[in-house]
Amino acid sequence: MSESNGSDRKFKWVGTRPIRHDGVDKVTGRANYGADFDLPGMLHACMLRSPHAHARILRIDTSKALALEGVKAVITSDDIPELALTDASGPTNFSDLSRNVLARDKVLYHGHAVAAVAATSTRIAQEALALIEVEYEPLPHVLDLRAAMAPDAPILHDHMRTKGVDPTPDKASNIAAKMELSRGDVDQARAYADIIIEREFETATVHQGDIEPHACVAQTNEDGQTTVWASSQGHFMIRAYSARLLQLDISQIKVIPMEIGGGFGGKTTVYLEPIAIVLSRKTGRPVKAVMTRDEVFRATGPAPATLINVKFGANRDGKVVAAKCKLVYEAGAFPGSPVTAGAMCILAPFDLDHFLIEGYDVVVNKPKTAAYRAPGAPPAAFAAETVIDEIAHELEIDPLDLRRNNAVSKGSQAAYGPKFSDIGLLETLDALRAHPHYSAPLGENQGRGFAVGFWFNAGMQSSAEVKLNEDGTAIVIEGCPDIGGSRASMAIMAAEELGIDVYKVRPVVADTETVGINDTTGGSRVTFATGMAVIEASQEVVKQCCQRAASVWDIDPTDVIWQDGCAVATGDGAKKLEKEDKLVPMPIAEIAAGAARTGGPITGKASLNARGAGPAFAVHLVDVEVDRDTGKVEIVRYTTIQDAGRAIHPAYVEGQMQGGAAQGIGWALNEEYVYDADGVLANPGFLDYRMPVALDLPMIDTVIVEVPNPRHPYGVRGVGEVPIVPPIPAIANAIHDAIGIRMRKLPMSPPNVLAELVRASGGA
Amino acid sequence: MATVILPARFNEWTGGADQVVVDARDVRQLIRALDERFPGLGERLRDGVAIAIDGEIINDPLFEPIEPDSEVHFLPAISGG
Repeated sequence: MSESNGSDRKFKWVGTRPIRHDGVDKVTGRANYGADFDLPGMLHACMLRSPHAHARILRIDTSKALALEGVKAVITSDDIPELALTDASGPTNFSDLSRNVLARDKVLYHGHAVAAVAATSTRIAQEALALIEVEYEPLPHVLDLRAAMAPDAPILHDHMRTKGVDPTPDKASNIAAKMELSRGDVDQARAYADIIIEREFETATVHQGDIEPHACVAQTNEDGQTTVWASSQGHFMIRAYSARLLQLDISQIKVIPMEIGGGFGGKTTVYLEPIAIVLSRKTGRPVKAVMTRDEVFRATGPAPATLINVKFGANRDGKVVAAKCKLVYEAGAFPGSPVTAGAMCILAPFDLDHFLIEGYDVVVNKPKTAAYRAPGAPPAAFAAETVIDEIAHELEIDPLDLRRNNAVSKGSQAAYGPKFSDIGLLETLDALRAHPHYSAPLGENQGRGFAVGFWFNAGMQSSAEVKLNEDGTAIVIEGCPDIGGSRASMAIMAAEELGIDVYKVRPVVADTETVGINDTTGGSRVTFATGMAVIEASQEVVKQCCQRAASVWDIDPTDVIWQDGCAVATGDGAKKLEKEDKLVPMPIAEIAAGAARTGGPITGKASLNARGAGPAFAVHLVDVEVDRDTGKVEIVRYTTIQDAGRAIHPAYVEGQMQGGAAQGIGWALNEEYVYDADGVLANPGFLDYRMPVALDLPMIDTVIVEVPNPRHPYGVRGVGEVPIVPPIPAIANAIHDAIGIRMRKLPMSPPNVLAELVRASGGA
Repeated sequence: MATVILPARFNEWTGGADQVVVDARDVRQLIRALDERFPGLGERLRDGVAIAIDGEIINDPLFEPIEPDSEVHFLPAISGG
C-alpha cells in the first residue's frame, strides 16, 4: 500500500462527476431489486409473527396449515439447528441470531417470527398462517430502559448475566453488558472547573427507513446446492450467516446480489434468507420471501432508544477539563446495542485528559436493534454537543471559538484510545466560520445552531479484479453492494490508474463465487477499502501492460513507465527504440489487442484487509423557525461541511452528506416508535412514522473539505456515516437560539416542543 | 519495546495494569507475550477485537508489524452501518 496520499498528484478522473454506470438501469426501472426476481415454479413464503410482546411458546401445531391445498411446507424453529448459547464470532452471537430469525422457546417482541409457510401463492400462504395454532403463556413485558434496569423488571433471558461487572452477578439481568472508558482523574480535574453542567438526554427508537423492504429468493437443487438472490448490504455476509445458522458448508450457498433500495445499516444482518433456504430445501422449489412495510418496522432492526447523562466541567476560558458520561442504550430483544460505539464517539471531538465514560447494553421487548449509519453516535453527539453549546452560552464565549479551543487535531489522543493522524476537524470548523450562512441575518422566531460529528470509518476485507478487454476497455469486478454510487467511484479509480476514459470501465458487483471475499458495505468503508483493492488490481494490470510492451520492444521492463494510458519507454530502452526509429508510446488498446501473442489475458487482482481508514469529522449548521403556537420546527436553511479526505466522485459525496442530514433531521424532529400498553408498535407505516419528505426540507448545502488520509493512495476517507451525527444537536442548539429552550428529549416534535414552551411560560 | 494500552475491561486479567511494555515484532507475538504475562488474556484479544497501531485501527490483524516504538491500543471492533 502506498504511503502517498495523492496530495501532489494531478488527477484526470478523481474529483470529476461522471454519470453513474448503473444510472440508466435505475432511471428506466430496469434495475432489479430484491422483490423483482422470480423463477418458474416459485413458492411464496409468509411469516407467522408473535401477537405478544413477551410470551413463552407452549405448543405449535402446523397440521391444519400443512393440509391446506397449495401449502408446500411449514417450518418452525424445530426445522433449524439449535445453536449453543455461546456460538459467537466477534460481536455476532449466532444463537441469538437464530432465535431472532425464528423464535424458539419464547417470543421476545410483538412481530417476532414464530413460523413460516411456503405456498403456491402469497394469498394461500397468508391463509395458512391463520391455521397455525400457537399456544402462548403471556409474560410481563418491558419496553422502557429505566424499567428494564430496575431490580424487579421482567427478565427477557434467564441465562443472562451482566458482562463487564466484577464479580459476575449471580442473578439474571436485562443489563447485558457494562463497559467503561477512562483516562486521568476526573474527580481531581473537576477541582479546576469554573463551571460544571450536568444534563440528561433521552432519545427514541427510530428506524433506518430503507424504502425497499427486505426480500430474497432461494433455490436449492437436488444436490443440495442453494442459490440466493437477495437485496442486502453484504451478500458474503448473507452466505456466511446463513451457512452458520443452518450448519451448512459455505460452499453450499451462492448469493447473487440484487440492487439495493436503501440499507443504512439495516441490511447488515439476516432475517428472511435462512428461512427461504430451509423452505427451498424442504420443497425442492424456489421460494420467495418479501416483507411488508409493517413487518419491516415490527421485526427488522431499529436504532435504539437511549438515556445519556453528561457532566462537563470547564474553566473560565472554556477549556473542558473533565467529563463524565453515562450511556444506556437499548439492544432490543437480544444483546448488542451500539453503546460501545456511542461511548467511543461521545468525547472523540474533544482534546481531553480526564474523563470517565460508562456504557450499558440493555435488552427490552422490542426488535433486536441493527446498525444505523454511524451506529450509536448520533444520540451521543446530541448529549455532548448540546452541553458544550450550553457551556459556551453560560461563559459567553463564541460557541465556535469554544469548539475550536477544545478540538482534537493531529497528534491528539482520541478519547477511545489511539492518537489521531491527519484529521480535518479544525479545517471543517474554519470552513464553517467562512461560510456566508454562518453570518447571514435571521428572521423572527428563527435560531441558528451548529454541531460537530465524528465517526471512525472502517477498513476491513475487500477483493477486486480488473480485467482488460481485447479493445483496451476494462471490467472492474468487486463484491460490495452499491448503496451510494460506489460503482462509479470504482470506475473512476480504475480509469485513473489505467489512464483510460471512465466510461470505458464497466464496474460490476459480482456474486459470492465470482470475486474474493468482501466484507459488508458498511462502516463507510467501500470507496476507501474496496477502492484500495481496485487501485492495486489496476496497478497490477498496468504492470503487466508495461511488461508486455517491454517484451514487444525487446527492452528491460524497468525502462517502461505508464503515462496517460500508454506504455512509454525511458532510459536505455528509449535510447534503443530511438535508434530503431520506434520511440512511440504503446496505447493500452494496442497492448490489449496483442495480449494473446504476448502472454494471454491481462488481469489484475487484489485482496486486502485494509488498514488506515481515516476518521471523519463533519460540522452542520442549521437555521430553524419555531412556531410558538404549535411547537412545529421548520428547517429554514441547512449547510453541511465535511472532511472527505479526497472526494473521488464529489456528487456522491454530496449525496451522502445530504442524505445523512435528511435522516438526522427526521430523527431529530419527528421519528419515533410508538408502542401501546401491550407492547404493540402503533405506527408501523410511513403515514404514522413520519420521515421527512422533500417538502419538509430546504436544499441542503454542502461544503467538501479535503484533508487527505495519508494511508490511502488518493487520500480517501469514508463519507457515508458521519453526516447523520451532527443534525440532532445542531437542531437542538438552533431551537435554543430561537426560543431559549434546551430540548433534551427526542423527537423535538410539535407536542414535545409545545410542552416545553408551555412549561417555560409557567404553564402546567 | 512497544507500549500496549489495555482497556479497563481487561483488568480482570491484568490485575489493574492498563499499560505494559512488550517486545514483539507483530500482533501475534504481542498477544502471545501478553498471554504469557497475563494467562487467559490472549484468548480475549484474538476475537472481535480491533487494534490500533500508531493510530491506525485494524480489524482482526495477526501479522501486522509492530515497531519497537509503536503504541498499540486494543479496542472493541466497530464495523458501522
